[in-house]
Amino acid sequence: MDWSTKWEKFVSTMEGEYFQQLLLDGLLNTDKVAVMGLIIGIIIGTLIAVVKVAPKYKLIMRILDKICTVYVALFRGTPMTVQLLLAYYVLLPSLGVRNVDSLTVGIVVFGMNSGAYVSEIMRGGINSVDKGQMEAGRAVGLSYNVTMLRIVIPQAIKNILPTLGNEFITLIKETSVLSFITVYDLYTALSAIGSKNYEKMVPYLVMAVIYIILVLLITLLVRLLETALAKSDKSAPKRKKA
Amino acid sequence: MQENCILKIEHLNKKFADHEVLKDVNLTVNKGDVVAIIGPSGCGKSTFLRCLNCMEDPTGGTILFRGENLADFKVDINKHRRHIGMVFQQFNLFNNMTVLQNITLAPILVGCADLRAKKRKTLLTKIGNVFRKEKKAVDAPTVTKADIKTAAKEKAMELLKKIGLEDKADAYPSTLSGGQKQRIAIVRALAMEPDVLLFDEPTSALDPEMVGEVLNLMTELANEGMTMVVVTHEMGFAKEVANRVIFIDEGVIKEENTPQEFFHAPQNERLKEFLSKVL
Ligand SMILES: Nc1ncnc2c1ncn2[C@@H]1O[C@H](COP(=O)(O)OP(=O)(O)OP(=O)(O)O)[C@@H](O)[C@H]1O
Ligand SMILES: [Mg+2]
Repeated sequence: MDWSTKWEKFVSTMEGEYFQQLLLDGLLNTDKVAVMGLIIGIIIGTLIAVVKVAPKYKLIMRILDKICTVYVALFRGTPMTVQLLLAYYVLLPSLGVRNVDSLTVGIVVFGMNSGAYVSEIMRGGINSVDKGQMEAGRAVGLSYNVTMLRIVIPQAIKNILPTLGNEFITLIKETSVLSFITVYDLYTALSAIGSKNYEKMVPYLVMAVIYIILVLLITLLVRLLETALAKSDKSAPKRKKA
Repeated sequence: MQENCILKIEHLNKKFADHEVLKDVNLTVNKGDVVAIIGPSGCGKSTFLRCLNCMEDPTGGTILFRGENLADFKVDINKHRRHIGMVFQQFNLFNNMTVLQNITLAPILVGCADLRAKKRKTLLTKIGNVFRKEKKAVDAPTVTKADIKTAAKEKAMELLKKIGLEDKADAYPSTLSGGQKQRIAIVRALAMEPDVLLFDEPTSALDPEMVGEVLNLMTELANEGMTMVVVTHEMGFAKEVANRVIFIDEGVIKEENTPQEFFHAPQNERLKEFLSKVL
């Protein structure tokens, strides 16, 4: 069988509305999990990082610090697939929770996993901000928390934007394990399309191309964001050459 | 405490672990004083200055400001720091904000926090009035958040005009020269209408040609009656602008005098030696 017939088979399958919908759903779910996962990850990661860098005078902070350490170790020490399986097939059933949408489980697990990685990135970002920034905020009478939120974290996020972009790319690619917990993702969709007439070579190639396009789009998005945020450290507007 | 006493430091002590940097330092800063602090590197000048607004927590002694002891952990230090401006060697403008935002951030946040507190209070009074026979007067705040913002901006623009940098209001700090940054840092401190300004070597990180503009602004403030405590290596400023000069060495004040006496008739041996090196 040559490539052109393989391609024709794929195209003819894709003419069916059912399969178009399947692919669209797969694409949408993949994006949903990656985007929501990243957002949750940034929130969790920032909270952990803030606990990690905060002064540890108070007992409560030391306890929180330990909890965060354990959390990060757990999520970084096991593969995403294992975390998905444990959450969906072990944790939820043993808690007696039923009828939870597998997509929701996917989003939450991706978010929690990403939070562990983002916390390390964010901690580096916070530490990269000059100590003088915190001092200046405190000196005008702002509290530690307000200074952190208004001055230090915005600068930290700007510094780590490229690394966060990488995290987003990792998440997009890792969505390919979502099918382990029955989420309709890109893999499920294209696999089903291939099963229609036992020809999976083209669908899998298409899957690769879609992933590459998604990754390129994210790369572009991060670039645009960086340029937008760089306004605060551009030197005076460039003069046109005389 | 006397009417015109701004800061009263008594038996101030500061240790870093086992290293005693400040030993029983006493100083009174009165309204309108310009106190210059000089001394050899590492003698504890910065540490002393940073203890005054508890950027470093003193390990002993008292710092009386507005009738409260700042060295006491129980005081709300953030509330007091609003009235103590601080200017750093490295300027420390907020890099993620424009010049205008740098200046208005604290006044707006503080103003809005006060407004919220006041609103809470009037609400409580109103709720209380429902059960009271004799209604209490409700003292509702007349300003809004927008008013606070406008006022802060107007004030900031006025201050920027004073230093001739109003056209930089929307610029980011990274686009400014060192001298401009430091003058804006001073303006940022002034925007809170502080009772006293603390300077830690404000001109040490500047290119020589920019030292003048910052010293001029400081001189102007001194002439307007601003109370200032200035750690400096600029002997000219100490001589001509300060009304008191202090020599710190080995963690203690070795000499405190008028600039005239301090520079022309120093008593302390270490000070004589120090002056012979720097003058
Ligand atoms: N956070 C800190 N932890 C430990 N030791 C410190 C700390 N800050 C300052 N010191 C020590 O305290 C002493 C005084 O430092 P300080 O910065 O107050 O000196 P200085 O008079 O301002 O010197 P310079 O003229 O170089 O600025 C130094 O020996 C310094 O090493
Ligand atoms: Mg110093």
